[in-house]
Amino acid sequence: MRRSSDDRLFRIVTGIFPMLVLLIAVGIAFELSRQSMLSIRKFGFEFWTGRTWDPVAGVFGGLPFIWGTLYSSLLALILSTPIALGIAIFISELSPRFLRQPLGYLTELLAAIPSIVYGLWGVFVLTPIVRKLELFTPDWLKKVPLFSGPPLGVGMGTAAIILSIMVVPFTSSVAREILKNVPSAQREAAYALGATRWEAIKVAIGYGKTGIIGAIMLGLGRALGETMAVTMVIGNAPVISTSLFKPQYTMAAVIANEFTEAADELYLHALIEIGLLLFIITIFVNALSRLLIWSTQQRRTSVFALTAPEEEPVAA
Amino acid sequence: MRRTFFAFLVLLAACAKTEAPPAGGSAPASKTITINGAGATFPNPIYSKWFSDYNKAHPNIQVNYQSIGSGGGIKQMTAQTVFFGASDMPMTDEQLKAAPGPILHFPTVLGAVVPAYNVANVPPLKFSGPLLADIFLGKVKKWNDPAIAKVNPSAKLPNLDVTVVHRSDGSGTNFIFCDFLSKVSPVFKQQVGASTSVNWPVGVGGKGNEGVAGLVKQTPGAIGYVELIYALQNDIPFGDVQNADGQFVRASLDSVTAAAAGAAANTPPDFRVSITNAPSKTAYPISSFTWMLFYQNPKDKERARIMVDFMKWALTDGQKEAPPLGYAPLPKEVINLEMQALGKIQL
Repeated sequence: MRRSSDDRLFRIVTGIFPMLVLLIAVGIAFELSRQSMLSIRKFGFEFWTGRTWDPVAGVFGGLPFIWGTLYSSLLALILSTPIALGIAIFISELSPRFLRQPLGYLTELLAAIPSIVYGLWGVFVLTPIVRKLELFTPDWLKKVPLFSGPPLGVGMGTAAIILSIMVVPFTSSVAREILKNVPSAQREAAYALGATRWEAIKVAIGYGKTGIIGAIMLGLGRALGETMAVTMVIGNAPVISTSLFKPQYTMAAVIANEFTEAADELYLHALIEIGLLLFIITIFVNALSRLLIWSTQQRRTSVFALTAPEEEPVAA
Repeated sequence: MRRTFFAFLVLLAACAKTEAPPAGGSAPASKTITINGAGATFPNPIYSKWFSDYNKAHPNIQVNYQSIGSGGGIKQMTAQTVFFGASDMPMTDEQLKAAPGPILHFPTVLGAVVPAYNVANVPPLKFSGPLLADIFLGKVKKWNDPAIAKVNPSAKLPNLDVTVVHRSDGSGTNFIFCDFLSKVSPVFKQQVGASTSVNWPVGVGGKGNEGVAGLVKQTPGAIGYVELIYALQNDIPFGDVQNADGQFVRASLDSVTAAAAGAAANTPPDFRVSITNAPSKTAYPISSFTWMLFYQNPKDKERARIMVDFMKWALTDGQKEAPPLGYAPLPKEVINLEMQALGKIQL
């Protein structure tokens, strides 16, 4: 009797917490839309496609920022994924036992460094190195759009490197947990069939595929919303280019840069609409990753029991 | 289980109860008055010093200043969540109309913006206004361009690409610099204009003075603009700029004060004036006031009286604190005008 009423209370109390999350998400969407009404009304869909950001003339288009956010995150993902997976595989499968703890601890330590510190490191250490590399780029390579542009040091490439370093600990620690949770029966079965170490690891990775994709997507969420470190090294010019050398801009960076001094109403609403776009894009990317995870799960119905992370935090 | 939950609730209630009413019993004989202000970041060091000194002289008066940016200051002033505001850019007519009552501007100190560059082995370079505008429009692409050589005949200019560095964050510095360039170059005015953030046609953006200075320092051939204080404190080489009288003037606290003195004759009664390109032989042309904002008819008369008294002190004794902190003090002409204008605040 008593026990069941306790359970009910427990259920109600814990039920409040997820409701809070839902309420906050809806509240954010509502407030962002409400406070960007002026700009939504004035520009409509052109806000998504406009390339001009001119606070003086009152013309606002967000495409360069959308491009910069997506492109830098994608590049960061391409750079960080192999490194993060390598770390995870080494720690969980190959590392000597005494190294496991310290290595895991060190990678997680990377996640604890404030982003402004990454930014300063980027400005003072990484940027001069990247500039030197850019100066040494041979002319024939500079004809490739990816490597064209002036040797400034700051730009898309530097931002992508910083971002990938920031993303690695997130992806690798989740991927490590996934690999740790692969039942040893899987590996033993592989060895029993005469698999080599590498082949056994491949089996383990295949088994944990869903979770590993989740880990990568968690990193993507982090990269999309990162502000301070990126704005310090990306060069902050609203340019759409595939070049790694050219300065570009991201959505989070433009909000952080311009919000404090934006006194004009339309300007303020345009900046908040950028926030709304970032919110929408983050949700969209997360939904996409859900779909991806879901589709790999469908293909491997036998591994439904696998401990894929059920909820990734929505990085805003 | 249940009991602990209720105990928790009771505890919560108890906490709320003790927190809710202010501790009324032990009020001191003379109560402390707090005045809140918010706005520009540029004058924050001197305002902090002033408010702390004023507090030492009047221990019961505590002024809190939040340096959240000029835009935020104007917004909070309009929303009446702070008693006074501060801005590096005068409020526009539109913004004034949006406020619930008339707002008065009072210049407090002066600042200036200097062109900083990274070109090795040249004497201090000179820049004319139109030349600076063309550089920041991306029209002058090499350091040995004839336009630069013309005003720097003695310098051996290298065949080096010009890299433009600008502020990426919204800032009064942007406004002052663009305001000057807009005055001297019609093309700049039409293409870029002046505001706390503008649409730069070329270049890279650095965050804050330190971001711009860092990029300039690291990039051979770079040119940017930083606040005079920042350039002086960090020994950053900067160029002389030609003023409205045709003189090439090096930025210094004196030449900045001279700009305000030169513009004093044309200062409108509301002080909403740009003093860039001021007409005076010794004036440094990229100078500006920074303002404090007050309501003309404030509801809270007690706080208004205190702030008027504070302003009188800041405009006289307070000005002596400006130079050590790198701000140019106001010229006498402007101070006299302001002392009269303080009378407009209805107490």
